[in-house]
Amino acid sequence: MSEESRKKTPGGLVRRFAGMSPDSIPKTIFVAVSVCLVASMIVSAAAVTLRPKQEENRLRDKRVNILQVAGVYEPGIDVLAAFDAAFEPKVLELKTGTFTDRFDATGFDDQAAAEDPATSVVLTDDPAGIGRQARFVTIYLLRADDGTIDKVILPIHGYGLWSTLYGFIALEEDGNNIFGLQFYSHAETPGLGAEVDNPRWKSRWRGKKIADAEGTLAITVAKTAPPAGADHHIDALAGATLTTVGVDTLVRFWLGERGYRPFLDRLKAGDI
Amino acid sequence: MPRTRKQMLVDPLVDNNPITLQVLGICSALAVTSSLQVAFVMALAVIFVTGFSSMFISMIRNQIPGAIRIIVQMVIIASLVILVDQVLKAYAFEISKTLSVFVGLIITNCIVMGRAEAFAMKNPPVASFIDGVGNGLGYGLILMLVGVIRELFGAGSLFGVAIMPTVNNGGWYVPNGMLLLPPSAFFIIGLIIWAFRAWKPEQVENREYKIQAVEAH
Repeated sequence: MSEESRKKTPGGLVRRFAGMSPDSIPKTIFVAVSVCLVASMIVSAAAVTLRPKQEENRLRDKRVNILQVAGVYEPGIDVLAAFDAAFEPKVLELKTGTFTDRFDATGFDDQAAAEDPATSVVLTDDPAGIGRQARFVTIYLLRADDGTIDKVILPIHGYGLWSTLYGFIALEEDGNNIFGLQFYSHAETPGLGAEVDNPRWKSRWRGKKIADAEGTLAITVAKTAPPAGADHHIDALAGATLTTVGVDTLVRFWLGERGYRPFLDRLKAGDI
Repeated sequence: MPRTRKQMLVDPLVDNNPITLQVLGICSALAVTSSLQVAFVMALAVIFVTGFSSMFISMIRNQIPGAIRIIVQMVIIASLVILVDQVLKAYAFEISKTLSVFVGLIITNCIVMGRAEAFAMKNPPVASFIDGVGNGLGYGLILMLVGVIRELFGAGSLFGVAIMPTVNNGGWYVPNGMLLLPPSAFFIIGLIIWAFRAWKPEQVENREYKIQAVEAH
């Protein structure tokens, strides 16, 4: 068909295109582009419309875990309201153990802070396997009725066998007695490493002491009790040696000098 | 072959089961069957994806260019899987946490693409949808069978409800931890295939080799 005759027939180009075999190059490109367009529209529409609900779930899940580890969770309560009523979020500078006003505690994004070179450090000696450690961390204070600190909830994370375990440890107001420990995200082996979620195992943490009489870090998760005694010992998980080692290392890392130790010292001294 | 719709739905359950006869989709069957609840949601997700991907692919089957047909199928399947993943994250958060990457891996589940390529490319939409759902059901059936065995003997519970109280929780049952590990699903699926083929000998494949008698010298 010559240039002129195509112009004479209205819609000739469209008709010619429609008449092409599906295997022709224009049709192939047309099908590829339109399938991709439609698919991407559906996917992005779903992602955008469902995002608020997903964010809410994630936040709710984290808060349920904080409430649980502090022992104030009851099934069926209004999680967000109970959380706001009970807890005071604070941004802590790990090195000095002091609260900082540089960030707004309610909107502070811990994950972003751990990835941003301005607010985090790369660990060369990295026993917990976390790569980068944030210099600022959101912690939660639970106050008693008279306004004194009742418990502190500290976020912890570290590598187990298959995955990074994210969780919280709750300490009594003396900064030495453990009230509870809970992981809210991990991918350890179901039935073995995933027994970190077992309520019976978690209950063993209650009343254990982080440091011994001299003030050295003594808490251990192991098969046998350390020389410091049973007060500092949590029994290992049966059949999950590497997860146990991971939990032991990450707890000792976060409660040690490079973790919350400066803050806990100040808490003990009554400076908070 | 003229088949009724009911046959198309029921046939993949036992007679032409994607897992036991075609031995497809094994990878995810190993990963998600350690608890029944997770296996159940996974089965529903796969049924949804096989059904609708077959239907959509069949709707545009006459327009799909042969050269890029696999990629077009993948785009449709992947979109549906992302849709399922997003919905689960919004409305079944706890379960989506345990399913983690395996929902995303439905994209690579051979059953979905297998049905798209073998059936939906040549058949009308409604028939393709029923065929997809049937194959999803066949996959789900095996998933549930394996899940029942693994959760009951591995954790002493079904759907998270304790049937045999385990020693860890103060009961009497010492759970068999091996059943919670992926290799155990291999054995169980193997045994199910054996049982199916003992029951229906026509499923047994012909040998690809012949045992030859050694000639004595």
